[in-house]
Amino acid sequence: MDYSTDLLNALVLITNYVLIPSISYGSQLALGAVGVTLVFGILRFANFAHGEVMSFGTLATIFITWWFQSMGISMGPLPTALLALPFAILLTALLVVAIDKSIFSFYRINKSRPVTFVVASVGVMFMLNGLVRILIGTDERIFRDGQKFLIKAGAFKKMTGLSEGLALKQTQVLTFILAVIAVLALLWFLQRTRTGKAMRAFSDNEDLALLSGINPERVVLVTWIIAASLATLAGVLYGLDKSFKPLVYFHLLLPIFAAAIVGGIGQPLGAILGGYGVAFSEISATYDFKKFIKYISPGDFAPESMIQFLTTEYKFAVSFLILVLVLLVRPTGILRGKVL
Amino acid sequence: MTNSKRAIISFSIMALLLVMVGYGQAWNVALAILNLCLISAVMSMGLNMQWGYAGLFNAGVMASTAIGGLTAVLISYAPVSKAWSVGGSSLLAAIISLLITITAGILVWKKIAKGRKRTWSMTAVVLIGYLFMRFFYEQGTYAIEAVDPAKTGFLGGLGLPILFSWLAGGVAAAGLAWLIGRIALGLRSDYFAIATLGISEIMISILKNEDWLSRGVKNVTGLKRPVPYEVDLQQTEWFINLVKWFYGTADDGSALSADVMREVMQLSAGVVVKLCYTALFVLVVLIILGLATRALNSPWGRMMRAIRDNETAASAMGKDITSRHRQVFIIGSAVIGISGAMLTTLDGQFTPGSYIPLRFTFLIWVMVIIGGSGNNLGSIIGAFITWFVWIEAEPASLWLVGNLDIFLEETSPLRLHLQDVAPHMRMILMGLILVLVLRFSPKGILPEKAPDHY
Repeated sequence: MDYSTDLLNALVLITNYVLIPSISYGSQLALGAVGVTLVFGILRFANFAHGEVMSFGTLATIFITWWFQSMGISMGPLPTALLALPFAILLTALLVVAIDKSIFSFYRINKSRPVTFVVASVGVMFMLNGLVRILIGTDERIFRDGQKFLIKAGAFKKMTGLSEGLALKQTQVLTFILAVIAVLALLWFLQRTRTGKAMRAFSDNEDLALLSGINPERVVLVTWIIAASLATLAGVLYGLDKSFKPLVYFHLLLPIFAAAIVGGIGQPLGAILGGYGVAFSEISATYDFKKFIKYISPGDFAPESMIQFLTTEYKFAVSFLILVLVLLVRPTGILRGKVL
Repeated sequence: MTNSKRAIISFSIMALLLVMVGYGQAWNVALAILNLCLISAVMSMGLNMQWGYAGLFNAGVMASTAIGGLTAVLISYAPVSKAWSVGGSSLLAAIISLLITITAGILVWKKIAKGRKRTWSMTAVVLIGYLFMRFFYEQGTYAIEAVDPAKTGFLGGLGLPILFSWLAGGVAAAGLAWLIGRIALGLRSDYFAIATLGISEIMISILKNEDWLSRGVKNVTGLKRPVPYEVDLQQTEWFINLVKWFYGTADDGSALSADVMREVMQLSAGVVVKLCYTALFVLVVLIILGLATRALNSPWGRMMRAIRDNETAASAMGKDITSRHRQVFIIGSAVIGISGAMLTTLDGQFTPGSYIPLRFTFLIWVMVIIGGSGNNLGSIIGAFITWFVWIEAEPASLWLVGNLDIFLEETSPLRLHLQDVAPHMRMILMGLILVLVLRFSPKGILPEKAPDHY
């Protein structure tokens, strides 16, 4: 086989195992991180309950999906969950706003230290976690329906004649498209609308914003609604792509925090960059490059052992390393967020 | 109400509750709860030093607990000599390569002036060092894990009595805390929390995956106990006599039948073993409580509180904030490490899969907050209450579901579902307690009291 085919194979290989998974996982992280960064920027605390909000949003989607399915409503090749999503977002937003009114607003009025908010968010995390477990149990649920693959590995091989296959799952494409739409809508909202501008002003300088007559309660309310919507979207996309397990979302918290801090606290665009960055590093650090090197090296050289920087189980370590490096080298993050 | 009155009342209520469990359920259950309450008390005293004395938000309590547990294995398990002979030298080579890499790295950093040359040499040193390390490490671990994998497949420990591990666990946790402190201290509280959370997750993945060290998810079971075994106890003369003297006759004065006697014997053996543990744990709790209270009331304790309450003012008075934070972080983690070793000793096994942050980090937080941050006795009562609720929430909610008869049929799907999920009630209950205490009584059950002798 000639060298150019080898190079093509290498390209397909890396796209299939690193690029596409990073893009879809990165989109999910980015959506979560935007919520965290907005709450961090405006309410000024790290919300430990964010993972559980994602979990609850997904749960609501699953229930509504089941209800739709039982009534025979479906969207053909698309997952029914997309139809359920708006209702689930509404539910989750209501829940999050209720939590804010009943728990967090008290500390805001009393001007408590940020760390008190964090402790309160731990309490919320416990409650939401329990609620999700009580409602659905701890089993793994797969709620994807519709068409699974857009491109199948076998079909791709036949079509191109390459020895490496490329598989593209529908959920991966959906994730990317929905993430792009959500992010564009959010950026438009923050840049163009009055409320969005008020939010940015509030995040930059609270006192000045208050002096200019911005209503803080409204800003906080909108922030929670946006964070809850994005969290639900992220949770559902993650659940569609993999599966829903109540405990999984807690572990997403670390990469999400890493993404938010890497991007710069209070910078939605930074959180998105951070999300993709963390996802790409996580996946490429735990990918075995043995085959890839075999393809790109001229001649017959092939490495004997696995060329893998870290085993898959240590992917936490990657987000953590990134987090620590950024905090030590450039605490403001890529996009110069604030240092709280 | 003064603090001492509050303490007496709350501890009496706690004792009453445990006695009620003893009579209502079984003495074995009550003692099992008490033992874990005592271990939790050690954990929460450790966290209280970090949070209550110094205001550090440590979200990585689990890392200290887990390394304490690992130490219990490494101290007490008999060494697996075959694993040492096949893989020991390679592992040693890996460690030496690590040390050489670090030394070379430091040399490069110090000797070469800042610039492109240093960056490149540094990269080269790290890469070459990594390759060597990886090579020896894989050779060693592969050989070790192949040694009788169904039974051992790891290096084993030192084969010492497990009680040593309580001290060693503290030392190991202190070492880990020093390392964590180097990386994460000096960050703002939220960042510190996130960083410690990350480290604890990494710690658990290491324990789950480094089979040569901890057997990973295959677990280490059958650790030697510091107290007698139930089976041996039932053969011992004095024990049999004691039980006979205690339960010798039935209510009407006649002798007990052999079957009843055997059952009584078994139950009493369980109780005696648990009481032995209780005695050991109470000793540890009292020692740590005494030391912690002395430390808190000393000039050092006042300095810590001053740093917590106003870092700027404390640093203006010449206090080195970061190094003081590191100090208290290390001491607190050591205490938590001791509790980790105690827990593994009590369980008699080490199961990395059982370490989850909700149970081993955030539950300890609930204990400290509801007991009263900054108050050592408060942490103990907080630990007791929290653990009691954590355990008894499940039977209580099952009982509640059981009493839904009036509304729900025996076979109604909702009722069956409720029975399935009853154990998860405790999550909601914990969150609710935490949020309510934080809102209505942020100082906890026993508030921190400033000593009078300023």
